[in-house]
Amino acid sequence: MSKKLLDILMDRFGASVILDTHSHVGDDTAIVAPAQWRDVALFLRDDPRCKMNMLADLCGVDHIGQTPRLEVVAHLNSLELGHRLRIKTRIGDEDCSNAVVASLVPVWSGADWFERETFDMFGIRFEGHPDLRRILLYEEFVGHPLRKDYPAAKTQPLVPYREGEDVLDKLEPFGADEGMSFGRKHLDYVKEES
Amino acid sequence: MGEMTKPATHVIEAGPNGFATTKFNDLLGWARKYSLFQYPFVTACCAMEFMSVMSPRFDLARFGAEAPRFTPRQSDLLWVVGTVSQRQAPILKRVFEQMCDPKWVIAFGTCASSGGFYDNYATLAGIDKVVPVDIYIPGCPPRPEGVMDGLLLLQDKIQKGDRTPRIVKPRNDPAAALTQLRTARNG
Amino acid sequence: MEPLDLEVDESSLELPSDPMQLLMGPSHPAMHGTVRIVLDLSGETILKADVQIGYLHRGFEKSCERGTWNQVFPYVDRCNYSSPMLNNVGYALAVEKLCGLQVPERCQYYRVIMGELARIADHLVCNAAMGMELGAFTPFLWWCRAREMIYDIFEEETGARVTHSFARVGGMAHPPTPHFKAAIRAALPHVLAANAEGVSLLQNNRIFMDRTMGVSPISAEDAVALGWTGPCLRSAGVAYDIRKAHPYLVYDRFDFDVPVGTKGDNYDRFMVRVEEIAQSARIVEQALEQMPDDGPINISDPRFVFPEKSEVYTTIESTIRHFKIVMEGIPVPKGEAYGYTEAANGELGFYIVSDGSGTPYRVRIRPPSFALVGGLSKLVTGQMIPDIIPTFGSLNMIGGECDH
Repeated sequence: MSKKLLDILMDRFGASVILDTHSHVGDDTAIVAPAQWRDVALFLRDDPRCKMNMLADLCGVDHIGQTPRLEVVAHLNSLELGHRLRIKTRIGDEDCSNAVVASLVPVWSGADWFERETFDMFGIRFEGHPDLRRILLYEEFVGHPLRKDYPAAKTQPLVPYREGEDVLDKLEPFGADEGMSFGRKHLDYVKEES
Repeated sequence: MGEMTKPATHVIEAGPNGFATTKFNDLLGWARKYSLFQYPFVTACCAMEFMSVMSPRFDLARFGAEAPRFTPRQSDLLWVVGTVSQRQAPILKRVFEQMCDPKWVIAFGTCASSGGFYDNYATLAGIDKVVPVDIYIPGCPPRPEGVMDGLLLLQDKIQKGDRTPRIVKPRNDPAAALTQLRTARNG
Repeated sequence: MEPLDLEVDESSLELPSDPMQLLMGPSHPAMHGTVRIVLDLSGETILKADVQIGYLHRGFEKSCERGTWNQVFPYVDRCNYSSPMLNNVGYALAVEKLCGLQVPERCQYYRVIMGELARIADHLVCNAAMGMELGAFTPFLWWCRAREMIYDIFEEETGARVTHSFARVGGMAHPPTPHFKAAIRAALPHVLAANAEGVSLLQNNRIFMDRTMGVSPISAEDAVALGWTGPCLRSAGVAYDIRKAHPYLVYDRFDFDVPVGTKGDNYDRFMVRVEEIAQSARIVEQALEQMPDDGPINISDPRFVFPEKSEVYTTIESTIRHFKIVMEGIPVPKGEAYGYTEAANGELGFYIVSDGSGTPYRVRIRPPSFALVGGLSKLVTGQMIPDIIPTFGSLNMIGGECDH
């Protein structure tokens, strides 16, 4: 993997913008200050040593308990030069307010739907996005499900359910956090509702 | 299989409405069950097995249930194939309401029957929460043989005019084998 | 009898000119289940298309955070359900990347062979559905029969036809059966023959060509900017295949070509998939030659892989090991990794974040068809309604993957 990509970034922007870099298991990562998110992306796309012409993925991660809490992760790919890079930035307070970052749609048009999905799942707003609305969930849905404090089994039905003996129901004891606790030691922050 | 019985002999009884009407109901049942027009409400992975069941090897056409009508107005059998999410539930309800009587619903697969293992915010835990279901075919996805069993069970129900929901059992029920083993061992 | 308006000049006819809005889907035969396209139409020409996905959103990423690392495999299967093996292998490789594991050589060949068979099945179904929606029902039936042969092989190896959940972190669930190679060698010629037979009906068919050639073309720059990968990107002229660009498993030991199109229209996408079936078969044949007949399938690290069942019932160490792997999950080290493979639709990426425990902290699937369908509105704008059908079919949107 080309460590020199990270060096190019550091030379161009300096430590006030590129807050941290690391290379781990073959992936290069650069942590970017949120204010220069789009500038770094433009540089990576246009600079002839980088030429990252494809945005492979853009998603969010919720680091509950840390401030800033939400993280936007973008994976970039250069088809010609063959190198890849991950850029991340942290935004948002502990209740996920002020989670705003610049949109990358002017840089790569494919970022459109990826940013809509990140907004849908985490509530991160992308400034400059042409049409920021929910994509995977419906408009009537309240909340952002991939945040760690959204209970996984909390449904918001659009149609009232039928009643009657022919309606199959959950057998006891399988509420949301009952049954075998496979690996689930670290979900204290999740308040489960059955 | 539990509920499906083949009529061995047909006893001609004069029902409360008379001989001619009973025979007519039989004729109607026979005509309906072998001419099901299906609306394949296909969503997810069960579609792969649905395609297999329509394909030459496990041909469903030989049971009269081939012709898909891609509008609910002209169909009488609603195949709900695959997971129905909360967002899709109003659409399923609307499609069901647009069908004319008599109509039947097959819940194809575990996700349609009970939500499957998607016990989360996005999935409808079984389509019987929004539409009444006649046949549940469990499996993730069910084997094409299971689907054919389900259709034959439905055809039997249509012949008898039975509207209670039924679940397709596996052909070799492991629970039955275990019970047999236990009783044999205990003498 | 002659029509009455033969002499009337068309421009002098008064026709309504407000755009009409039409909702296509989400329960629509050509929408492959669950996509709604809100169309603004002028006559039959599309002025604007708003593609709404998400009707099959099943909360894959949230569900992954509630179990262990190995319990993700059934969920991952049901993402791209046309080629589940490729999803299994992709996720297993991502977790193994983070753990720093490499599976034994025999397992790498096994994964390649199963993956390529799944790719053939996926391409067969995609082309079959595309043909069927244009009225060519016969190739659909032939190719479904060919797919059944592949399903037979999967059933023999994994126990399930469609959703096998067969890969594990550190290997596979079971070693290959003794007649694995013979079964594939027997089935593959029939699959290729069925492919060729069906293609001969469509390749030079006037109707098929008129409906797909020149319809919804895309340029290479647009495709790359949209994040397209896989056969759809290659049909636009970009020869990018992850198996060649960043080889993983044992793909660098095989001799195969990467089919590339020119115009990026529907016909090119169809033909690229047809050629890829032939190339996948080539890979499978070479892999069958090179695959060792004995040797371990799983790594020997006791923290990741189950012990033998006989030992679990007889020795206490194996019982404890089994218990820890099942109840606590495998010890993936803290950190993050992005594992990417060439799935049937393109770059299938898994971005996983681990907090050091047996439960995933975050599993993100990067679905190839998400990026493809993101470009659909651009492709169909300016085309007519019937053109949506082959266009959507040629993109091979798999709902489970696109909506995760």
